[in-house]
Order: sequence, then structure tokens, then C-alpha cells
Amino acid sequence: MREPPHLRRILILWVALSVVATPIVVLLWDPGLPPGKQAGEASGQVTDNTALMGVATPIFALLVVYFAYVLIVFRQRGPEPEEGVAIRGDRRVQTTWLVLTSMIALGLVIFGTVRLLESGAGGGQGPDPLSKPSGQPLEVQVIGQQWNFTYRFPSFGGVETLHLQLPVDQDVELHVTSLDVIHSFWAHQLGVKADANPGEDNVAYVHPTETGDFDIRCAELCGLWHGHMFDTGRVVSNSRFLAWIRGQQAELAPVTRVLPPYSRRYFPDPQGRAG
Amino acid sequence: MSAERTGRLLWRRLIGFNVLTGIVLGIAGFYLGWWLGHQIDATSLAFFADTGQDDVALMLGYLLFVVGFVVGLGFAKYPAARLVGRELSHRENEGGGIGRYFGLCTDHKVVGIQYLIGIGVFLFIGATYAMMIRAELLRPSPQLFGAGNYLTIVGLHGAMMMGVATSSVLGPFANYFVPLMIGAKRMAFPRIEALSFWLLMAGGAILASTVFFGGFPTGWTGYAPLNAEANYGFDSYIFFFALVGASMTLLGLNMIVTIAAMRAPGLTWRRLPIFCWGALTTSILNVLAAPVLIATLLMVGLDRGAQTSFFEASEGGSPYLFENLFWFFGHPEVYILALPGFAIVLELLPVFARKPLWGYPLGVAGILGVGLISFFVWQHHLFVSGINADLRPFYMLSTEVISVPTGLIFLCGMATLWRARIRYTVPMLFVLAWFFNFFVGGASGIFLSDVPSDVNVHGSFWVMAHFHYTIVGGLVFAFFGAVYYWVPKMTGLRFNETLAKIHFWTMFIAFNSTFGVLFAVGLMGMPRRVSTYASNLEPLNIWASVSAFVLGASMLLFLANVAYSMIIARKPAEANPWRSKSLEWQLPTPVPLHNFDRTPVIDADPYDYGIPPAPRRPGEAPAGAPG
Repeated sequence: MREPPHLRRILILWVALSVVATPIVVLLWDPGLPPGKQAGEASGQVTDNTALMGVATPIFALLVVYFAYVLIVFRQRGPEPEEGVAIRGDRRVQTTWLVLTSMIALGLVIFGTVRLLESGAGGGQGPDPLSKPSGQPLEVQVIGQQWNFTYRFPSFGGVETLHLQLPVDQDVELHVTSLDVIHSFWAHQLGVKADANPGEDNVAYVHPTETGDFDIRCAELCGLWHGHMFDTGRVVSNSRFLAWIRGQQAELAPVTRVLPPYSRRYFPDPQGRAG
Repeated sequence: MSAERTGRLLWRRLIGFNVLTGIVLGIAGFYLGWWLGHQIDATSLAFFADTGQDDVALMLGYLLFVVGFVVGLGFAKYPAARLVGRELSHRENEGGGIGRYFGLCTDHKVVGIQYLIGIGVFLFIGATYAMMIRAELLRPSPQLFGAGNYLTIVGLHGAMMMGVATSSVLGPFANYFVPLMIGAKRMAFPRIEALSFWLLMAGGAILASTVFFGGFPTGWTGYAPLNAEANYGFDSYIFFFALVGASMTLLGLNMIVTIAAMRAPGLTWRRLPIFCWGALTTSILNVLAAPVLIATLLMVGLDRGAQTSFFEASEGGSPYLFENLFWFFGHPEVYILALPGFAIVLELLPVFARKPLWGYPLGVAGILGVGLISFFVWQHHLFVSGINADLRPFYMLSTEVISVPTGLIFLCGMATLWRARIRYTVPMLFVLAWFFNFFVGGASGIFLSDVPSDVNVHGSFWVMAHFHYTIVGGLVFAFFGAVYYWVPKMTGLRFNETLAKIHFWTMFIAFNSTFGVLFAVGLMGMPRRVSTYASNLEPLNIWASVSAFVLGASMLLFLANVAYSMIIARKPAEANPWRSKSLEWQLPTPVPLHNFDRTPVIDADPYDYGIPPAPRRPGEAPAGAPG
């Protein structure tokens, strides 16, 4: 008895499923997913997610079609034990598979590297960032401590505020550090995440593009009230931002006077000490 | 034998080197150490630090607990005999009697069953913690536990599952079946084998004892410098994990030497069952990674007990150092969990597909490749930490390239099903579920290895769902497949198939229903290890919790099946119910004490299933003939 054309059937089913599923995922579903479009970094992450889903969907479709097909067609039908066909390998199949999986993996690496290097992607880049925006960003320091974040604005007299407002359409340079344990500053809708390490300066860039509220959460377990370390930040127009920060400067002037001078890190430099 | 057994009084049997003596001596040791630690208090340490003394007392207590426990189990007997010039037999406590399960036994089959029950118990305790976590997360604000207790439960769940329940998943099946598969009469180092098991149990007990000392708020990762401000309960974590590391190292060494040196004549590397390749590679990872963990924990212990400052930023140390050292262990560790799953899947598939394993050398290359690359990916846990930011493209490369050897495992498995005759037995169902679950786990991992998308989901429930798909969906499903496949050989009793199938379908559906939803929760901005979350996430969390409770119930179904099949019904299993061609199934059930009367001679690999394919053209050699 001739074997039916299994491979051709699987390929047809797979192409059909992929042609239907991939556009739905890539065009309709994924672009609406979090973190949204409130900042360039967030939109970039949505783009990355969409691209990865675009690659993963046909692969998943292949898996589904293949398994559905072989599990139905190649099952044992009768009560009598039957044996399969003793195929122990196929050089063409293995070469094709290796080449294809390597190409997909390397392609994703190149894609991710290019995306990372062109923008920094909103992640913490350490004290000496590789990807910087052109122009003069607004410097904001994020200080993590158990269990809240505070924000210092060196260009506004080093005032330390309890909440965060950022001007829209302006590059912001976040310097994230900690006074005690490791925290992680996560501004979800802005697509920013950077660990706050004690005694270290961790820089992340963000370019808010839409006004509105965003959620701030701590994304690294930092002790008892880690779950309560959240706040709502706000992206506002430039004039409202200036009004807010000047108000804060005036209101917090007595506090600012007794604060330690602005610094990128608040622990003594281990290199600079004896012992 | 039985007359002699019944003739001995119960109390007589309880005295001697066994786990009871071990516990008694262990507790005595603990209080001795506790007392000693408080004596040191008056002299020096209290002078330097106000909190140091109790850490020292607790650490000394745990140290002497382990010494007492191990001595009580009889591990000192052999070294002591050698010290006075006597040579004991390398066999101990073998032969009949239920008592051999409660002490040092050098029979690898006993150790295998000890491991199975031991890690099984911790698996169920760990699952109970998971139920508590999901119960707390039914509401967006804390309701059941205080913040400290909640974090302790989260840490206990993670540490117990990672450390005791799954790190030594080789313990049950590799200890029992690797010697049978390679035609050996025992493991290379039978005492080391027993020691690795009992150290693991001591570690598990010490971890559970953390609740008496205030628990620990750090999660299973125990990051510095948070661990410096943790309760004394963190010392339990230190000792637990160091013991787990020691146990893993010993298990690995033993396994490597056994597989390398004790194969039967004719069992060449190209004929070695794929499960043994998995056990070997995992063991190499154990031996290379676990000592790093022990060293790291020693440094943490010194930071806490002796006021050093390896990881204290305010004193010139670096928390980055801890993160690096921990994940240098931690990332190979997650492949220590994944590889046994790969190996079980590839070992079981041919039996139920009735076909040879497709591409055996590729499968071996896949396992070895994953093992090798797993040492070069650890900084992907630190993509947003600010350390070595310029090296991130390299870690992106290594992490995504590890999907190529993993893909080989998929290829071997999928091609083995091609033109097969699949029998849907319970082990096969679990193995097939592995493909689905591990694909979801692997694909979601790509989102974490790509730095831009990782920035969004890093540290969120997405990560949590990802590694539960790989560890539960991958390893634990394969583990249950192995349980249903091999336990009939180990106990000589058959599982109830209907209950087993209900268990499988409940577990598969509930598992996907739980963790599939948690991807969405993570994407929508819920960080890990919180008991407070945004109220718009409440419906999804309720969904996940209810599904998790069903998942927990499926575990009870399994327990019910174990109780029914192994204790009540006791239907004897055939010697080879699956018609496997592997060596372990050719032995009678129960397996004789020293396995083989005569050392077998191997002349083929164990995957000789199927009928040869028809030649493509007349006169041509069959296409799939072994080359």
C-alpha cells in the first residue's frame, strides 16, 4: 500500500493556519498590548513584542499542525500491538532543521541587538550608557529606599520630591540608585525598568510622548513592604511641569537645605578608601 | 528471614544506626551548637556587632545538627573502622526488611525509592505553599498573611521546589535505573550515594525549620544586601542551600564515575541510552555549578556571622558580586532541572511510538550543547541591573543560541513520532504534554532574552509563568511520566489507569489555565512576589488562583492513585508491561538484589523497535538502515 502524502498535507495545513493566524496576531492583537504608547521606549517594546510574536506564531502553528496530524494519523488503531517504521535519521531533515533554527536564532539576536543599541530600550544601562539620545536630556535621579522611590532634580536646585512628574516630548535621563537594598524602578507605561543598586548609578533614558498617568512599581524583591512600593507618576506638558517643579522647590526648600549635596551615588567610593 | 524479623522486638529494631538515631543525635548536636554559640557571645562577637551572636549560635547549631544526623545514620562507621585499620564491606544494610529504607543503605534501588518518596514529600509541601500564595492573591490587598509571612511562604515555595524537590530529580530514577541500564550491579560509590540522599533530607528539614526563626524575606534567590537584614531564618536558608549543593555535587560525581567506568562490555557511548546521557550531562552541571553556590553561601554566612563585607555596598563590597555568583550557579541550575526532563522524554518516546529514537546522535548533541551553553548565559538575569550593560548583546546571543540545541531535542522527539504507531498510555500522555508546555516555556523565554522586550516583562509575573512552564510543564510533567512508566518496575505494582488518566487531564488543563493567564498578568504590569496588586488585575488573578486550586486537587488525585494502587489494590505488574527493549525491563520484577547474575554483554542500542522501511527503489538498501 502506498503511503499517503503526509508531508504535503502537513505543509498545506500549516501554511493555511499561519496565513490566517499571523496577521491576526501581528496586526490586530499585539499592537494593542501593554506597555502601550506613552513613551518612545514603551512603543519600542511593543514593536519588539510584535516582531517576536510574528516569528513565534508560525512556529507554534507548525507545532500544532504537526502534532495534531501525527497524533491522529500515526496512532495505533487496533488492540493488537503494531510497530512503526524503523527510520533512524535523515541527513537532509537534520541539516535543514539546524540551518533554519540557527538562522532564526541569529536573526533574532541581530534584531534585538540593533533595537537595543539604537535606543537603549528603556533599560538600565549602568553608569556609562552606550546608547544615548542626542541633545540635552533632563536629568532626574530616582532614589530607591525601603519602601518608596524619591526623585531629585539637579537642574532645579537638587530638590527631592516624593512623586514623579515628567514633561512630555523631552528626553529624560534617569539616574537610578538605592540607599539600602536592591530595588528596581519600573515605570510600566513608559517602558522603563532599571535596578536601583546601593552605591551604584544606573542610567536609563525615556522619552514620554503622551501626557497621562503611569504606574510606578518596584520590580525587585526588597523586603517586607516590597508589594506596597508603588506610586502613580504623571506625564504633563512642559509648562505644567515647570509650574509643578517650581512649586515643589518652594515648598520643599527647608528640606532641600539639609539634604546631602546631589551626587550620583550616596555611598563612599570603595576605590577611594584605604583598606 | 521473616521469622528472624518477627522474632526481633520492635524496640530492638529502633536502636542502632538509623534515621531515628540520626534525628536524636542531630537535635542533641543542634542544642550543643546553640549553647556553644551563646558562649562565644561573651567573648568577642558581641563586641563587634549587636546581632552577630544569634546568627553564630544558629549556624553552629545547624552545623552540629548535620554532624549528629550523619553520625546517627551510620556514616561515621566506615571512616572510623578504617581509622583503626579494619576494612568493612562496601555493602551495608542490604537485604530484606522495611528498615533498610530508614537508614544508610548501599543498595542503589533502595536509595532510588528513598529519593522518590523524599523529594515527593517536599514536592507536596512545596505545592501547599503554592496554594497559600494563590489564596493570598485572590484579593488585590493583603488578607490572609502578614507581609513577612507572605514573603516567607513565597521564599519557602521557591527554595523547596528548586532546592529539594527538583534539583535532585535525578535521585529517584537515575540512581535506580542508570545501573540497570548500563548493566552494572551497583553505583560507583554506594555510601556517597546514600549520603547525597540524607544530606538532601537534612537540607529540606533545615529549610522547613526557618519558620521557628522568623522566616526569610528574600525569596529563593536570597539577594544581598537584603539577606544581611533578614531574620535568623535566613541562616536556615544558607544551611539548607549549602547542603543541597553538597548533595548535588556528590550525586553528580557518583553518577559521572558510574556511567564513565561501570558500563557493561559492549555498551559503547553510541549505544548508551539517552536517559543516561541526560543523567551524565546533568551530573557534570551539578559538579561544576553547585560548588559555586556553596562558596557563595559561605561568604553570605561570613557576612552575617563574622561581619565581613563581601556583599555590603556600604562597606566596600558589592551586591553585583552576589548576583553574579548566584546566577553563575543559578542558570546552569535551571538546566539541571530541564535536562532530566529532556532525557526522560526522549527515552520514553520510542517505547510508545514503537520506533527507534530518531537521530540519536543529534539528541546527544542537543543535551550536551544545552549543558555547555548553560554556563554562558547567566547575566541575562541582570539585563536591567546596570552591570556590564555593554555585554548584553553577548548574553542575548548565548541565550537565544541555546534554543538551537533545545530545538534538536524537539526535532528528535517530533521525528520519532513520524510514521509511528503511537500508544496512548499514561506515560506517553505526559511526554506529549511536555512538547506543548516546553514550547510555550521556551517561546516565552525568547521574550526574556531579547533585551528590549525583557525590559518590560523582567521581574514580572511573565518571568514567573515562563519558568513554571519550563520547570512544571517541562520537568514535572516528564517526572510524572517517569513515575507512571518506571514505578511499576520499582514496586512491582500496577497503577490504576483510569485514575491516572483523570490525573493527567486535570493536571494538564489546570496547569495551562493557571500559568497561561499569568503571562497576561505579567505583561499588564504585576511584579513578582507581591501581595498587593492593581485592582484591574483581580479577575485574572482569581482565574489563576481557582485554576491553581484545581491543579492542587489533581495532585491529590495522584496521591489517591498511589494509595489505591500501591496500598489497597496491589495488582502485580508484569515484568515488562510496555514491551520495552531497554535493559532494565528485561530484568525480573522485583529486581534481584545485585541486579544481574552475570554481567550482560550489549550488542545494540535499546531502541531496536519497528519494521525496516521499504526500499525506495528495488535493489537499493533500506533508507533508514543504521549506518
